[in-house]
Amino acid sequence: MEWYNLDTWIVITGALCASACAIPGCFLVLRQMSMMGDAISHAVLPGLAIAFMITGSRSSLSMFVGAAVVGVLTALFSQWISQFGKVDRGASMGIVFTSLFALGLILIVQASNHVELDASCVLYGALELTPLDLWHWEFLGLSFKAPRAACVLTMILVINITVIGIFYKEFKISSFDPALAKTLGIHSGLIHYLLMTMVAITTVAAFEAVGSIIVIAMLVVPAATAYLLTENLVIMMFVSVFFSIAAAILGHISAILVPSWFGLNSTSSSAMIAVMAGCLFLIAWIFAPKQGLLQNYFIKSKSHNKAR
Amino acid sequence: MLLKVLFVSFPFFLQPILGSASDHLGTSFIHFNFKDFLEVISLANYNTRLVILSTSILGIASGSIGSFLLLRKRSLIGDAISHACLPGIGIAFLIMTALGNTGKFLPGLLLGASISGFVGVLVVMAIRNTTKLKDDAAMGIVLSIFFGLGVALLRIITEIPGASAAGLESFIYGKTASIVLYDFWLISLVAILVTVASFILLKEWTLLCFDSGYAATQGWPVYALDLSLLVGITLVTVIGLQSVGLILIIAFLIIPPSAARFWTENLKKMLIISSVLGGLSGWVGATMSALFQNLPAGAVIVLVATTIFIFSMLFGTSRGLLIRFIKHTKLNRKIGRDHLMHSSYEVLEEMAMHENRMINNQKIKRSRLLQRRSWMDTELKSLIHTSKKNGLIERYTDEYILLGEAGFAEAARTTRNHRLWEMYLIEYAEVAPTNVDRGADLVEHVLGADIVRMLESKMKTSPYMYIPNPHSESEGLS
Repeated sequence: MEWYNLDTWIVITGALCASACAIPGCFLVLRQMSMMGDAISHAVLPGLAIAFMITGSRSSLSMFVGAAVVGVLTALFSQWISQFGKVDRGASMGIVFTSLFALGLILIVQASNHVELDASCVLYGALELTPLDLWHWEFLGLSFKAPRAACVLTMILVINITVIGIFYKEFKISSFDPALAKTLGIHSGLIHYLLMTMVAITTVAAFEAVGSIIVIAMLVVPAATAYLLTENLVIMMFVSVFFSIAAAILGHISAILVPSWFGLNSTSSSAMIAVMAGCLFLIAWIFAPKQGLLQNYFIKSKSHNKAR
Repeated sequence: MLLKVLFVSFPFFLQPILGSASDHLGTSFIHFNFKDFLEVISLANYNTRLVILSTSILGIASGSIGSFLLLRKRSLIGDAISHACLPGIGIAFLIMTALGNTGKFLPGLLLGASISGFVGVLVVMAIRNTTKLKDDAAMGIVLSIFFGLGVALLRIITEIPGASAAGLESFIYGKTASIVLYDFWLISLVAILVTVASFILLKEWTLLCFDSGYAATQGWPVYALDLSLLVGITLVTVIGLQSVGLILIIAFLIIPPSAARFWTENLKKMLIISSVLGGLSGWVGATMSALFQNLPAGAVIVLVATTIFIFSMLFGTSRGLLIRFIKHTKLNRKIGRDHLMHSSYEVLEEMAMHENRMINNQKIKRSRLLQRRSWMDTELKSLIHTSKKNGLIERYTDEYILLGEAGFAEAARTTRNHRLWEMYLIEYAEVAPTNVDRGADLVEHVLGADIVRMLESKMKTSPYMYIPNPHSESEGLS
């Protein structure tokens, strides 16, 4: 296996994306809203179409703004439907994202009468291509070169860490005990929308940079893995970041390595990162110290022996 | 600029209107005429007929089985299954190619998709049953990992020399407009199977949805039933995925049942309504897509279903927003009236006690009423006004109100009920809350006459009071 400078950047970008997603992902898992990433990544389509129609350009900034606005709206609408209509939260999410996607599809078909705008090529980045799009920095006379995606994702990661750091107590209490949060004067609704905005921006930024599979996976899987291993929220967040970085490294290596065993070229890195996150989850599921499958099996057989 | 946006974004809403207008102007904005309309409506065109019938049948089937998913709070499982199908397609392609056949043999690919979709469902159940993770996380994990596996696998397959795997993904993730006769028969078969199953197994699946723990204690094979439901879902999802596409089948499984939920509290009725709504959105959406250019059928069907959903959410007769708002307002008004009657009576009682005589109907000072409760001046005013209209209050000024004869009796009744319930709650604190029905006309209607007599004797009676008061003791102390 040959390792290039390119591969290092791919791993770094993947790890940045994964950890930027894993942190809000912890709260999504705790609040039982893990499907939000999937919902948002489907729902942003009309945002892209409308942004394109307004500005008439495919610049990534206007696309990003359009997508992020619709991402927040997705969270808002599904909250409204489940709150006012008393519809199950999963169902209301499904209603909103399918409807928005359909609307986006129609808008794009209408727009493509006039110009080229293909849903799949607008915003869905590819992790392998990120090192090709470089940003140059001049700092104290030194010049740096870094992939644009890595810079964007670093910003997102810093924003996520800062927001969670500032509102840590509020996030924690309103995730575990909304009633207590209310008595303490914490506006649970506001915190909820803050989290949803964070998730929407992270999702949109990440799949504009590196593609959607990795985002959907990283919002759920590392957080769920960490949840199996610990009961402390801070530890859970660190563990999930650790797993997401591990998945990024293992994923890219296996994307190069596994096909080469069969004499084939490398496969999609972001897909393999998702698969590796899954493997890590599987390991945690089986071997988790308190609630792993093995542990449960031993406890069961022990009590069974005792009963005999 | 804004105009341009509106014009570009919503032309399809405007098309019916602009269409007729522009015909008169001699410019054809869209190609719409009555003959085409008749042709589509009467299903004369072979292709249109296939699409409309297939989507309607699929809508009926997914509407019925989706109801159970909604009640199990697992609506998004269709999403998980449809993504989890991808690796199965790749594996099926590999196996068939290895066996020397062409890899793009549709039944084989569908079988592969169904198997991996079903494995995905099993993993969701396993995660949920053996860890503290909930359904949503389990579905998210399965969705993303299986999809990632599928993408990686397909990418590898396309690299294999000799295997023509190009477009394998779009081969299975279909588009509504491209339905062929083969799809139609497949859809019909699965739809009939699933719809019949959901009506035959209605009782069992209902039990599963509402109280699976109870079902297990009664000796029902809960796991087998759960699996049968999920097999049905997987079949519908895979068939729908191949014929109408991912988003539409997810929407079909969620939106019609959610809309039907607003119209009824009865599961059987909900099943029927949901099937009808699913079929209707398929029919209307596919027809609209055939009538107008540039409207992809799948997307239009979803939007028709969404429109039906929004309408149901607003106007549904059982849980709709409007009906709930009306009920809420009515309840509030009744509670407000009861408060007014109760307070008036207590003011009259105080006056009688003060003057050492039996209670009778007199003018009541508004200021004294205002002190009794923490209500706003305007609130009290509107309550008095409505009570005047209902004949409970004979006349009122800014200073006084005077209860009518009916009002005085009503005030006495409300006060008596209120006090008896309070006494009941004091006496029977451990069983009481479930029995209390403050809306009942008379306490005796809910509790037995013996208990009421006993409660009355427990309350401290005073010669001035027509109705004894459980609070009078503590009030005396203060």
